[in-house]
Amino acid sequence: MRDRIVSLRRHVLARHLFLALVGLLVVVVVVESVSDYRNTQLASMAYLGIAAGGLTVLTGINGQISLGHGALMAIGAYTSALLLPDRDATVPLTVVVLAAVAVTLVVGAAVGLAAARLHGPYLAGATLALAVAVPGIALYFKETLGGEQGLRVVMPDIPVWVLDAVFFVTGQDLTRSRFTAYVGWLTLIVVFLLLANLSAGRTGRRWRAVRDDEVSAELAGIDLGRARVSAFMVSAAAAGAAGAILAFTVKLAAPSAFTLTLSLTLLAAIVLGGLGSLAGALIGAALLTFLPSVVTDIGRNAGLSDIQAAELAPLVYGLVMVAVILLAPTGIVGSLRSGLQRARSRRRTTSPTTTSKGTAS
Amino acid sequence: MTRHIRGGGPLVAALAAALALTACGAGGRDSSDGEAAVADPGVTDDTVTIGGTFPLTGVAAPGYSEIPTGAKAYFDYVNEQGGIHGRQIEYIVKDDGYNPTTTSTVTNELVLKDEVFATVGSLGTPTQASVADYLNDEGVPQLMVSSGSLQWGDDVENRPLTFGWQPDYESEGKIIGQWVAENMPDAKVGLFLQDDDLGEDAEKGVRQFVDDQIVAVERYTSGNTDVAPQVSGLQAKDADLVLAFNTPSYTALSQLVALKTGYKPQWFYANIGSDPALVGSLLERFSEGAVAGSSAALDGVMTTEYIPGIDSADDPWVELWQQVWDEHGDDGELTNYRIYGMSQAYAFVQALEAAGEDLTRDGLVEAIEEGGTEWEGPQLAPFRYSADSHMGISGMRVVELEGGVGEPLTDVLVTDIGDAEITTDDSGQADDAPPEGGVPTS
Amino acid sequence: MQQFFNTALTGLTLGMVYAAFALALVLIWRSTRIVNFAQAPMAMLTTFVALVVIDAGYSYWLGFVAALVSGLVLGAVIERVVIRPVEGKAEINAVILTLGLFIVLHGLAAVIFGNRYRSFPAPFGLEGLTVGGTTIALNGFGVFTIVSVLVVMGLLVALFRYTDVGLRMRASAFNQEVARLLGVKVGAMLTLGWALASVVGSLAGLLIAGGSLVHPSYMDSVVVFGFVAAVLGGLDSPLGAVVGGLILGVSLSFVSGYVGSQLVALAALVILMLVLTLKPGGLFAQAPERRV
Repeated sequence: MRDRIVSLRRHVLARHLFLALVGLLVVVVVVESVSDYRNTQLASMAYLGIAAGGLTVLTGINGQISLGHGALMAIGAYTSALLLPDRDATVPLTVVVLAAVAVTLVVGAAVGLAAARLHGPYLAGATLALAVAVPGIALYFKETLGGEQGLRVVMPDIPVWVLDAVFFVTGQDLTRSRFTAYVGWLTLIVVFLLLANLSAGRTGRRWRAVRDDEVSAELAGIDLGRARVSAFMVSAAAAGAAGAILAFTVKLAAPSAFTLTLSLTLLAAIVLGGLGSLAGALIGAALLTFLPSVVTDIGRNAGLSDIQAAELAPLVYGLVMVAVILLAPTGIVGSLRSGLQRARSRRRTTSPTTTSKGTAS
Repeated sequence: MTRHIRGGGPLVAALAAALALTACGAGGRDSSDGEAAVADPGVTDDTVTIGGTFPLTGVAAPGYSEIPTGAKAYFDYVNEQGGIHGRQIEYIVKDDGYNPTTTSTVTNELVLKDEVFATVGSLGTPTQASVADYLNDEGVPQLMVSSGSLQWGDDVENRPLTFGWQPDYESEGKIIGQWVAENMPDAKVGLFLQDDDLGEDAEKGVRQFVDDQIVAVERYTSGNTDVAPQVSGLQAKDADLVLAFNTPSYTALSQLVALKTGYKPQWFYANIGSDPALVGSLLERFSEGAVAGSSAALDGVMTTEYIPGIDSADDPWVELWQQVWDEHGDDGELTNYRIYGMSQAYAFVQALEAAGEDLTRDGLVEAIEEGGTEWEGPQLAPFRYSADSHMGISGMRVVELEGGVGEPLTDVLVTDIGDAEITTDDSGQADDAPPEGGVPTS
Repeated sequence: MQQFFNTALTGLTLGMVYAAFALALVLIWRSTRIVNFAQAPMAMLTTFVALVVIDAGYSYWLGFVAALVSGLVLGAVIERVVIRPVEGKAEINAVILTLGLFIVLHGLAAVIFGNRYRSFPAPFGLEGLTVGGTTIALNGFGVFTIVSVLVVMGLLVALFRYTDVGLRMRASAFNQEVARLLGVKVGAMLTLGWALASVVGSLAGLLIAGGSLVHPSYMDSVVVFGFVAAVLGGLDSPLGAVVGGLILGVSLSFVSGYVGSQLVALAALVILMLVLTLKPGGLFAQAPERRV
């Protein structure tokens, strides 16, 4: 029995690794074949995706809601900005991302400890207050954190060996926006790999148990507080990485980037894609990245003024958010999956259904 | 477990094919950019495409969202008369909601997707700061930023393509400070500041002259509409002259709070927050509550002026703007924000004119640096553009508002940042009129 | 001294507004066990309705009534059309749904009414009252605010404690099945709860708007502070909402005046965390903590 479990786990790991590899290849092909403009969009999608991935673990798998992930991203972004103040900064980007993750992890632990005692609306309220409180800190400590104007993030020059390596593989010169897109998507793949493995393993089962039924989870010997805090920390760490990528992409860490709207946007992303699914988080992030400019253009072509057209984008994704909850509460991925499953079970009614929850892809 | 990877097959095959293809192209890296005589982006023989980012949505949108509508109306007016050197000006306006993150995204879009020649008039200190280095790195001129921060022009070496337009807040602070020191030497001065570059730069300027007169400094955070604690702070220190550096809505808010707490100092609002039409319309309804109605709301309040505004309807520039707005404007009235946009657009058209037939980015920058100080336009004082400074308008005059009209208290005073002296302007800029046809000629 | 006094008075008036908003949240929480994040934009929308009426030349009070009535209708319609399908489902669905509504109503108002600042009239004088020769930071409208919020609180307490309808509403919220068995028209009760809450929310909107400036985001800070106030009070108690609102209003006013206005939101977070650490169910939690 134990052997089977071990081999099963190896399978899961192998599957995730394989998917990560495929993902990597897709990223290389896509990044190399689209324009610089699309690549900055891709980088934005990467940070939204990373943060949404973290949030979907917390909300979808552990059942805790957070309206404060924007604030956690701010912490990651400011950490990166402090490490990359000018061209002379020698800290490698990997270290910057790790530092952002580490700092956010510590903050996440503190918030998670406080949050673990709260549930439902109380938790939503506390994290909501967090979302609006954190930008104020940056304003108050103007000397170190740059106030309203924020801190500039100066990306170090791309190392020559990276330039050469990329050229060797792709035959194209590496532009800066392409480089940022690569950094973002590599981070995303690593984060998603870790998140997928955690959710598929024992930790993930505990998180789900706590989400589904606290009382029975406790009876089964799961420490509720610990499960909650650990989920919050993991989720915060992902938000920290996302913050770092945001800083690289925008080249600025400023309070106005981390408004309540950002936190709500993340929540919208995981709802649109489907709660609890990493693929869903990615789809949600894609929608949020590409939808606004499409909608704005449509509005403008339909004869609306610039100002009205600009308001159209939030209106549309608000509507989509409401519609998804009402019509397809499992999100895009959930609906696809149940559709597939129905088709599949019709096809082979005899085969025993293995209950794999397939949280990652 | 195998079924989980089903569906990956075709994808992998496609990837392998794609990889094989790209691998064929691999070799040594080519280090030279083949630089030929290619025209700069955004310029064709008959068009020049420029862009700008503004808060069209969100809390900063009121008022500011009107600026690009003014600029657009003027560009349409110029286009109708054949454009500049045969080129029609196409102005692409993007919304950034006054959020630097969005600014970065939409500026990227302007540069990479729309391939603009330059950005013109983009608004905001934190927002434009987020893209200044990017635009300079990409070689895209960042022209006539709508903000009075020192960043737009004081560091030509590091940002050779960035130009300011309006007078900077420090110079304004200096002019106001000197006026107070000379005319109200006994006043107990309170400062009411927006907690960012605006308040900071201005405070630096003001302190050069009235440091020892200041009894209280209060800062509010933009977005927090409850300024009662700050106004109470000024009142508690008995400040009888308040120098306020804030945006228009905060002028209205501070007036309302002062009314509530019975605080009646002499108010001196910096230009940015003193638009009598906007503030007046905001306070208009409260007339039953004993606030004087509409344009008279700010009677007796002092402020500064650097372009003629809607209150001086007889000014030849304002007559031109009115004509432009009537012919090419959207719905709504001509406002000071639209005039601001038009005045800025006028300066850009001057730059285009000066840059000549062969329009390049370098040529344009050079033209502004060489001729900028000589350009005559709606601004009351000349620009400071040179190879060493990209700062905009050099001065302003102090006025007192009466019935929504600014009555001059001083001549036009000009100065510069740092300890540059304040002198009376002798360029005659304040008295010029627009050229025949309303389009600048070189 | 005068500064201290004025800061406290401003905080008091502001606290009352947060209280009114918190009352609306409590009402919905009591009737449907949902926290309505869309409360603020709903109130914003009805305030704009009032503005349209007043702009058309009618009196302030007609606009006032129009806002309350449109609040009633809006609340009922939203409950029926949008909220009904998720009632009784996972808590998180309702939270996300109301957040979605938040975004939608916001965008809608901006498209319809534009996003410039507009002034909103007040029916009473805006000049501070004079007590013993000094002007205090309390004007006629401030007094109106305080009185009307206290009256609304009293009415709500009476509704839930002494009336049949109030009891039915509570029953429907606690256990729909049992309530239904007892012959309560659960659906109607839920709709009524939302409609009433929306009226109270509209009142809060009018109180904030009066003698100040409105634009589609003018209620946004109230979303956070009103919500914190409600949670402070325990979400379940009208009295708690008012007390929570007052605590928050006064403390934030002092933080803004004496420490720095940037830290107002942080102060709200600290107060909230302190209270929730000591009493996870809020100050006025009635039932002992329930494990759900």
